Amino acid sequence: MADTMQFDLVSPERSLHSAQVTRVQLHGEEGEMTVMPQHAATLTLLRPGFMTVHEGGEVHDYVVTGGFAEIGPEGLTVLAEQATLRADVTTDWMDRVINAAEKAALDAPDDNRISLNQRVNHARFLAEQLGIKSDI
Amino acid sequence: MPSLKDLKIRIESVKSTRKITKAMQMVAAAKLRRAQEAAEAARPYADRMEAVLGNLAAGAKNSASAPLLLRGTGNDQTHLLIIATSERGLCGGFNTNIVKLARGHIQKLLAAGKTVKIITVGKKGREQLRRDFGSLMVDHVDLSAVKRVGYENASGVAEDVLSRFAQGEFDVATLFYSAFENVITQRPTAQQIIPAVVEEGAETDALYDYEPEEDAILADLLPRSVATQVFTALLENAASEQGARMSAMDNATRNAGDMIDDLTIQYNRTRQAAITNELIEIISGAEAL
Repeated sequence: MADTMQFDLVSPERSLHSAQVTRVQLHGEEGEMTVMPQHAATLTLLRPGFMTVHEGGEVHDYVVTGGFAEIGPEGLTVLAEQATLRADVTTDWMDRVINAAEKAALDAPDDNRISLNQRVNHARFLAEQLGIKSDI
Repeated sequence: MPSLKDLKIRIESVKSTRKITKAMQMVAAAKLRRAQEAAEAARPYADRMEAVLGNLAAGAKNSASAPLLLRGTGNDQTHLLIIATSERGLCGGFNTNIVKLARGHIQKLLAAGKTVKIITVGKKGREQLRRDFGSLMVDHVDLSAVKRVGYENASGVAEDVLSRFAQGEFDVATLFYSAFENVITQRPTAQQIIPAVVEEGAETDALYDYEPEEDAILADLLPRSVATQVFTALLENAASEQGARMSAMDNATRNAGDMIDDLTIQYNRTRQAAITNELIEIISGAEAL
């Protein structure tokens, strides 16, 4: 059994991470999951949260604001709305993310609002976990 | 016959023009490289997005529960044209080519009795279209303060378009931009973004589990795909603009060079004629003595 898989993290502007990894933990829309090699083919939306990439002995911590993950036979591709290393997250950045989520929730038609409101909560929770005091 | 002094001034002025066009060409070349890199870097995301969407949409296209963005509103009475051009001129036929394509499109739609609404991105296209279709313009996006096109710019445009769609302001949206092929060739392109065009035959080789259900994923993905397509278009446009400017300025530099050569020959001839004239005067003066 292969013990590594191809992992790609891409944002709309560029590719952020591409490597052979052993496992990746991410926050799917319906719960946290760990993707390992030979995972069943899955397509899941992401909610704002952490993503932990285990690459050999190294561990990379990312913060992802949303997007989706595609797990296929060749590996895992994460198409993130925005992603950044956990260490690089600033209050400013987090504020912008929360603002954007709130705005999207306000503008949305009614049938979408519930899930978008959830997203705002996830973003807030994420800020809390990061120990960032958000003033909004 | 211009005097020697006039010619000299003329040559100097053409030389300084050549310096400017040469500098602009080099700046455009540097910017082109950066724009190309940006377009290159954004490609994996766009490709992946398209592939995933293709898989999903192929199955959902005909179901009645499919999102409007995919299915369309069921008629095509009102068309929204998003026309992306540049903020600056001096880039050859770049803007004119996009506008020409758009203009043909608009006239065809109007002739067929459709309603047309226009959103322009970039000043130059707006200037060219305002005279004929000013009354059709509903919005203008100003990117003149933006040095490098970012995803935020594109998602801003996309959000505006999507909220208009949600309010039923139009049925079909088409995006006009210039696809970058190489420095010489930029192809003006019209691309329909709403309802989404799905490539047929994009069959998946793996059967996916969907979390949440397919419809929910589609509803989330489609707006994002619109933003991605706008972003790709803006990046392609940026690269095309610089490419067009580079070749336009290269031409201008070469023309200036030719002009300087011609003027120099004329200058030398005039000088020679003046000298010959003087000599004749001296000789005939000496002979008269």
